[in-house]
Order: sequence, then C-alpha cells, then structure tokens
Amino acid sequence: MSENNVPDTGEVAVALYDVQKWFGDLHVLKDINLSVKRGEVMVVIGPSGSGKSTLCRAINRLEPIDSGRIELGGVPLPAEGKELALLRAEVGMVFQSFNLFAHKTILDNVTLGPIKVRKFAPSVAREEGLALLERVGIRNQADKLPAQLSGGQQQRAAIARALAMHPKLMLFDEPTSALDPEMINEVLDVMTDLAQSGMTMIVVTHEMGFARRVANRVVFMSDGEILEEAKPDEFFTNPVTDRAKEFLAKILQH
Amino acid sequence: MSAFLEYLGSYWDFLTQRGPNGELTFDVLGAFWVNIQLTFWSGLLALLIGVVVVAMRISPIASLRITATAYTNIFRDIPLTAVILMMWLVVWTQLGVTFGGKMITDFFILAVVGLGLYHGSFMAEALRSGVNTVPLGQAEAARAIGLTFMQSARMIVLPQAFRGAVAPIGNTLIALIKNTTVASVGGVSIETSSVMSGMIEFGPQFIFLVFLTFALGYVVIVIPVGMLSTHLSHKLAVKR
Ligand SMILES: Nc1ncnc2c1ncn2[C@@H]1O[C@H](COP(=O)(O)OP(=O)(O)OP(=O)(O)O)[C@@H](O)[C@H]1O
Ligand SMILES: [Mg+2]
Repeated sequence: MSENNVPDTGEVAVALYDVQKWFGDLHVLKDINLSVKRGEVMVVIGPSGSGKSTLCRAINRLEPIDSGRIELGGVPLPAEGKELALLRAEVGMVFQSFNLFAHKTILDNVTLGPIKVRKFAPSVAREEGLALLERVGIRNQADKLPAQLSGGQQQRAAIARALAMHPKLMLFDEPTSALDPEMINEVLDVMTDLAQSGMTMIVVTHEMGFARRVANRVVFMSDGEILEEAKPDEFFTNPVTDRAKEFLAKILQH
Repeated sequence: MSAFLEYLGSYWDFLTQRGPNGELTFDVLGAFWVNIQLTFWSGLLALLIGVVVVAMRISPIASLRITATAYTNIFRDIPLTAVILMMWLVVWTQLGVTFGGKMITDFFILAVVGLGLYHGSFMAEALRSGVNTVPLGQAEAARAIGLTFMQSARMIVLPQAFRGAVAPIGNTLIALIKNTTVASVGGVSIETSSVMSGMIEFGPQFIFLVFLTFALGYVVIVIPVGMLSTHLSHKLAVKR
C-alpha cells in the first residue's frame, strides 16, 4: 500500500449525513457530511472552538445530535440504553486528558471494560491486557496507579484501554496536546503502528508531521463547518480557503 | 481536701446506687450503649440514603435529580428535634405506625428512622463533595468503553467519591453521635440525656459532676472516631 492511499475495501466504517448540533444558540456542527472507510486514517484539524471535539463525541454519542444521521458500519446509532452502551464499546476513544480511572491499576484500567462489558473471563482479559500493555511499551507499569506514570505513559495506557475493547474505530481527541514535548513522539509512534496495523482512525491533532506521514485524508473544520477535505500534502501545501491559509500560517509560526 | 474526697465518694455512691431488685438506678453505661446503638443503626441508614441520593443527583434522569435535591434541602433545613418529634407524634401517635414490640422498641426504631433521614441529607452532601473530586472525564471514559450509568457510578465514581469524602463523612458521624441524644424527645427515655436529666433531678448537689460524667463519656467515644477519620482520609485519598 503506497503512502496515504486509502486501502479500498469499499466498506464504510462510519458515515455522517446532514448532522446538525446546537449548544443553545451556538451552532457547533453545521450540516456535516462525512464518511470514513475501513482502514482509513482521517485527521481533523481546525481552530479552537470549531467543533472538532463535538464531532468526535457525537460519533460515539457522548453528545446527542439535533438532526441528521450517524451510521457505524452501515448501522444507525441506537438511542440511549444497553444497545448504545454496546455500540460505544465498538468505538475506542482517547481523550486529551487521558481520563484513566485514578483508583485502579493500569492493568485494571485496561481489563475493566472487557470483563464488565464484553464479559471476557478475567484470566483472558488479563492476558490480553498485558499483551496490549506490551504493545504500547508499558508492560512493566501494569501494577502501578495512573498518578505514578508520566503523561506519555498514561496516554499509552489509555490507548491500550480503548484497544482492549476490540474497537472497529478509534477516535483520538488531541491525544498529545496535554503532553510535554519529549513525550509526544512516544504516543504518536504507538498511533502510527496502530494505523499501519489497519485500524480505522479519526484523529484530531495539530501534529502536522503525523498527519503527513500517517493520514489518508485531512479535514479542515472552522466554525462548525467542514471547509476542506484533501490528501495531507495537498492540504498543507495548497490550502484552498482563506481560513485554512490563515490557520496554517498561525500554527506554522509556532 | 478530705471534704472534696468525701464529696466524690458520695457521688460515687449516688452513681452506683441500686434499686430494690438490684438494678442500677442510673444505668449510665447502659444509656451510652443505647446511644451507640442509635448511632450505629441510624448511621448505617444515613449512609445508605446518602449513597442512593447522591447517585440520584448525578443520574441522567431529571426527575431523580430534582427529587434528590428536594430531599437534601428539606431535611437539612428542618431542626432535628422537629424531625424526631414528628416521628413520635405524627408517625407513631397519629398514624399508628408500630413494630409490634414494646413501646420503647417502637420509639427506638422511629428515632433511628428520624436520625437516619436527617443525617442522610448531610451524608449525601458529604458524598457529593467527594463526587466533585472525581474528574468528569473519568465518567466519560467509563461511558466510552460501554459501561452503563449504574456500572460507572458503582465502579468508577462512587468508590472514588467515598475515598474523597472520608473527612466530611467522619464529621457527619461525629455530629450524629452527639445528636442521638435528641432521641429523648422521641420517647427513647433510656438514652444518655434522659438519664442525665434524671440524675440532676435526684442529685442536684452533684450537677457539675453529672455533666462532667456525660461530657467525658462523649469525648471518649468521639475522639477515636475523629482520629480514625483523619487517618483514613489521608490513607484512602486517591492520588491524582
Ligand atoms: N457542553 C457544552 N455546552 C455549551 N457549549 C459547548 C459545550 N461543549 C462545547 N461547547 C462549545 O461548542 C463549540 C465547539 O466546541 P468543541 O469543543 O467541539 O471545539 P474544538 O474544535 O474541539 O476546540 P478545541 O480546539 O479548543 O478543543 C465551542 O464554542 C465550545 O465553547
Ligand atoms: Mg477539542
């Protein structure tokens, strides 16, 4: 597979049709139409407040939408309830602030979902959990509490926790913006490996190196709208809209 | 000096005097035991109410949240004496709620319910301060891996809330220990403040020593509870 080419399995992992979302008077998602193919890595980029987090949260329905339709693997999102909880388990989510369960060990963080939601036997969950921690490079931290780990290690644990659910899709909401610079790469490396293993990913990030190397597509959002959708190189070298040009000029200065 | 010792000696005789059947006239230890039992049962009830109410307050269902808030505000704002009197005069006398045993058992149970309802509102507030120590993101992460609201409350939010609320729970418990004396207005005539009143009535010359006896009794009960709560609140605090 050549770089940045979408493996064309033809299958759609997630699709949004005419999605609208309001917070009171604030129109945060304006008529969003988007579809991500299985195995595709999509980077979402845009100024603060443009609705990137809300988009991610809408996709696993942490945030309800006001109108439109969201389908996962061709199936519409169910309403609140057991069905929805199960569906959420199919979508892994990684947050900016890690959000590990502070009173549980790293391994327990990883095995809780598989045991309680997927109903895996604890011994199976444990074995799988340890293998996942190995994969993200923190096997030796399994019995520690989150507060004892560095930010980069905590974020890798959070990725392992999401992967333990065997998700069909992973959402990353600015996974490296809370990290000290020297820890950003260890997290991006894990995400790159994951992308190469064929995981479908939607990544909100301003890490342009990562976007260029790993993403199949970049989506630029501003004020709740998708203004541009392009291959990474195309977008970064030849942005079309003024707002994208302005935004890129700003982040390139830093 | 010897006069003082004599005075103390006569107080001791007064304290340990027995009736015709050999029973203590003023069963001070027995009275404290009643207050300890009141504390135990109403504390348990209050904690149970607190957990349910705080779970309702964080639930996604608006009617549950409103009910829980109303309960907390109502019982926190009524004087405890009024709650206990209500249990006695309204629930027992007017509504005729009994528990089939002796009258004193009825009064004891009703006092436990009153004390539990009243302190339940404080327990709920204590736990809510504990809930506020748990970052919102953890509840979201719990939802994101597919845990239901009940699972997330039981396994993620409430365990950490408890550990963050040990000190205020301890304070509520200490207030409860002392507040059990209000049970006397609810007909529980065998508890400490009733016995104390009796002793003062029959031995007014000992009034200061009687006060001292009961004050010391409560200090001895409360100090370990306070120490334990301080110790546990440090030991159990969740590292963030
Ligand atoms: N729960 C909420 N209630 C009201 N307004 C909200 C809520 N969550 C987000 N908003 C508003 O919606 C808009 C979009 O927010 P969102 O968090 O999706 O932006 P974002 O692109 O992720 O920004 P950032 O780069 O700062 O993370 C913002 O103006 C924000 O203030
Ligand atoms: Mg955001």
